[in-house]
Amino acid sequence: MTTTDEITLDIDGKSVTVPAGTTLLEAAKQIGEDTPTICFHEATTANAICRICVVEVEGQRVLQPACIVEAVADMQVQTRSEKVIRSRKSILEMLASSVDLSEAPEIQTLMDDYDASAERFPDAQRRNIEIKDDNPMYIRDYDKCVLCWRCVQVCADDAQFTYAINFSGRGYETEIGTFFDQTIPASSCVFCGQCVAVCPTGALKPKREMFIQQGISPEDITVMSSGRKKRKKRT
Amino acid sequence: MESDPEALKEILEPYVPLGQSGLLPALHAAQKHAGWLSQPVATQVANALKVPLADVHGVIEFYSMFYNEPLGKKVIRVCTDVACALKGADEILKYHCEQHKIQPGQTTPDLATTVEASPCLGMCELAPVAMLDEEVETNINLDAGTSEKGGPRSIVGGSIRLLTANCGKEEPTFITSYGSYRAFKKVLLMKPTDVVDEIKASGLVGRGGAAFPTGIKWDGAAKADADKKYVVCNADESEPGTFKDRILLRDDPHSIIEGMLIAAFAVGASKGYIYLRGEYPYVLPVLERSLSEAREKGFLGENIQNSSLTFDIEIRVGAGAYICGEETALFESIEGKRGFPRVKPPFPTTHGLFGKPTVVNNVETLANVPLIINMGTEEFRKIGTEKSPGSKLFCLSGDVEKPGLYEVPFGVTIGELLDMAGGVAGGKALQTMLFGGAAGAFARPDQLDVKMTFEDLRTAGLPLGSGVLMVFDESRDLRKSLAHLGKFFAHESCGKCYPCQMGTQRQMEILNRIAAGDILPGDLERLEDVGWTMTDSSLCGLGQTASTAVLSAIKEFPELFVENGK
Ligand SMILES: Cc1cc2nc3c(=O)[nH]c(=O)nc-3n(C[C@H](O)[C@H](O)[C@H](O)COP(=O)(O)O)c2cc1C
Ligand code: SF4
Ligand code: SF4
Ligand code: FES
Repeated sequence: MTTTDEITLDIDGKSVTVPAGTTLLEAAKQIGEDTPTICFHEATTANAICRICVVEVEGQRVLQPACIVEAVADMQVQTRSEKVIRSRKSILEMLASSVDLSEAPEIQTLMDDYDASAERFPDAQRRNIEIKDDNPMYIRDYDKCVLCWRCVQVCADDAQFTYAINFSGRGYETEIGTFFDQTIPASSCVFCGQCVAVCPTGALKPKREMFIQQGISPEDITVMSSGRKKRKKRT
Repeated sequence: MESDPEALKEILEPYVPLGQSGLLPALHAAQKHAGWLSQPVATQVANALKVPLADVHGVIEFYSMFYNEPLGKKVIRVCTDVACALKGADEILKYHCEQHKIQPGQTTPDLATTVEASPCLGMCELAPVAMLDEEVETNINLDAGTSEKGGPRSIVGGSIRLLTANCGKEEPTFITSYGSYRAFKKVLLMKPTDVVDEIKASGLVGRGGAAFPTGIKWDGAAKADADKKYVVCNADESEPGTFKDRILLRDDPHSIIEGMLIAAFAVGASKGYIYLRGEYPYVLPVLERSLSEAREKGFLGENIQNSSLTFDIEIRVGAGAYICGEETALFESIEGKRGFPRVKPPFPTTHGLFGKPTVVNNVETLANVPLIINMGTEEFRKIGTEKSPGSKLFCLSGDVEKPGLYEVPFGVTIGELLDMAGGVAGGKALQTMLFGGAAGAFARPDQLDVKMTFEDLRTAGLPLGSGVLMVFDESRDLRKSLAHLGKFFAHESCGKCYPCQMGTQRQMEILNRIAAGDILPGDLERLEDVGWTMTDSSLCGLGQTASTAVLSAIKEFPELFVENGK
């Protein structure tokens, strides 16, 4: 690498030199700063949706997602400013008030790191989504889904080009779903298992693992009714 | 209604060559044919356009005006947003529900009628309003049993009539009465770079809310190297309290078309789109007629007026999603996808619609363009102030004596504008004004002297936004209005990024508690943490401004947010 391809910037008061095109996430690692991520995954297109990785960049009106923003010469970056901490903590608290994080140990650790309380939002409407058990390979327990988009992406253009799953609803009521909520066997799913492999929260789980974990027989597992719900209704 | 596959096949024919980009128009057409988008109908659309089934379902699910369950033959949409709520909209919704013995969002068992609460329908000056299918009902008075029907009236006032010179008349301008594109003909004799320079020199900045200098935007697209470029007119106007674009589009459509033509010439674009919100169906025939006129007179098509310019315009109709007014979500929507905003950079001027360099401008911005060319920059800059040249359209609604659209030069004070509209309705005292829109801020009565220019408003902490001025008299319970704002953003968040996806929901829940007088200890701090997190960390402008009004209310009226503050 020639020197013209290198960039020097300032992260938390320390000077860092990285190759051009390096993300702030990678650059921060060089000074031992481990920036939290949730949606980011090496194998999928980064969409910067969870915003837990945000950092403060001087001259920018809003915080910047470190997972996609590239280092620029002389950038002044703060990875733990007051604003950054408030955002990370609030995002975690909102997440805990929305979905079941019991099988997302990494997010639980983050909750501890940021002193985030799972009880911060009393009376919050949780997502409360029933388990979908409709195929021999995996369970879909979307009550644990954090909408990281990884499964949709690997099913589509990031890997499999199968397009079995997409989104339903909008906003807070967004869910991962199939065409008219048809079962997985009825969809174009080819059971490649890639979605299960990238799911960070136990929302998608191989069946065997789930049975063993819960010590129950397959018959006991609730079979989900096909009760379709229209999500973004104007009421 | 039943779908007839043979008939539907024929209906879908024109959209087949468009592929995924034809998805929204195809779904609109299919829904019109079949009454709603059932699984077989959606399958047929997917197969015809060669779009994966799950993706088609994802798109149907994203847009409020696409239905994948049976819909009533007649659909009543009652606007229950902030301005209409002040005028008794909730009662009107209740009335329709009781008439048909259903809840909001439901359809009668005989599939005759659906009743819905709708976000702002863009007729706030005529509040309260509703839409019965595509027909408009305004100034509804339940007690007297009266209302106005037909297209929404244009009430136009102010101290200057440049942009609105042709507005508020009996009928829309025709190409001849409009003036046969004099500015565009002038432009054809110029070099494209000189046109860009002229717009730069005029000091025109975008009127869509972001206040970006138009000339700089055009320059970026002009300099971008590509085989194809686009000009997009953002006519998605859905910001609660805003109705200016509706009036411009309907009363003076040719000024917008001419503005787009000039932009196309300046940047070298060959294709234009007007993205019209789905809730303005009555604007559609006016635009279609005007585009036909322009084509007949040789202003659209190949080698326009014997020049080297080839340009035509297509109208795309939205389907009930405020987020599609955000420029990159708008591109996604034209491309036939869910309206998810894209990460920026890259910016539209280099990577816009279909990944090509694109100029996207608001309706009012485009209406300024022919005006600037006709007047010349020097004359144009005599209007308004040094740093904010030109005139501005303001949408006055709420508790004001004469609500309507007002055109004034930049530099007029808020109080002067309010006086033009007859002051607070019924001579009551002013409590506050929502300035800029739902994403705006509350202004105090002692801010009436603030001059309305970009620079003065910035100092005063008031965003110009889309030019909304919604008046609240002393008797109003602001907590109820805040709850309406909260509902709007929770309903319209696209759900892509965490801060806004969950933050708009939590914000709505807390605001509902406050409006109901059930404040929990710590709610104020929760509201602030959620608000600042959305502001600082959201991916797009929706989340970044979803709590601007709430945070301004906390600052100006802290007593509203404390326990037992009733
Ligand atoms: C949530 C959201 C909604 C928006 N809605 C509109 C709209 O309805 N009309 C519009 O012109 N701009 C809207 N904008 C701004 C556009 O993204 C864009 O800045 C504008 O169309 C550019 O045109 P201008 O430079 O002429 O203002 C919206 C932005 C956001 C974040
Ligand atoms: S199911 Fe898993 S992989 Fe898919 S969006 Fe939810 S959390 Fe992410
Ligand atoms: S800020 Fe809101 S509307 Fe914008 S991308 Fe995030 S969730 Fe979607
Ligand atoms: S890891 Fe960067 S936004 Fe999710």
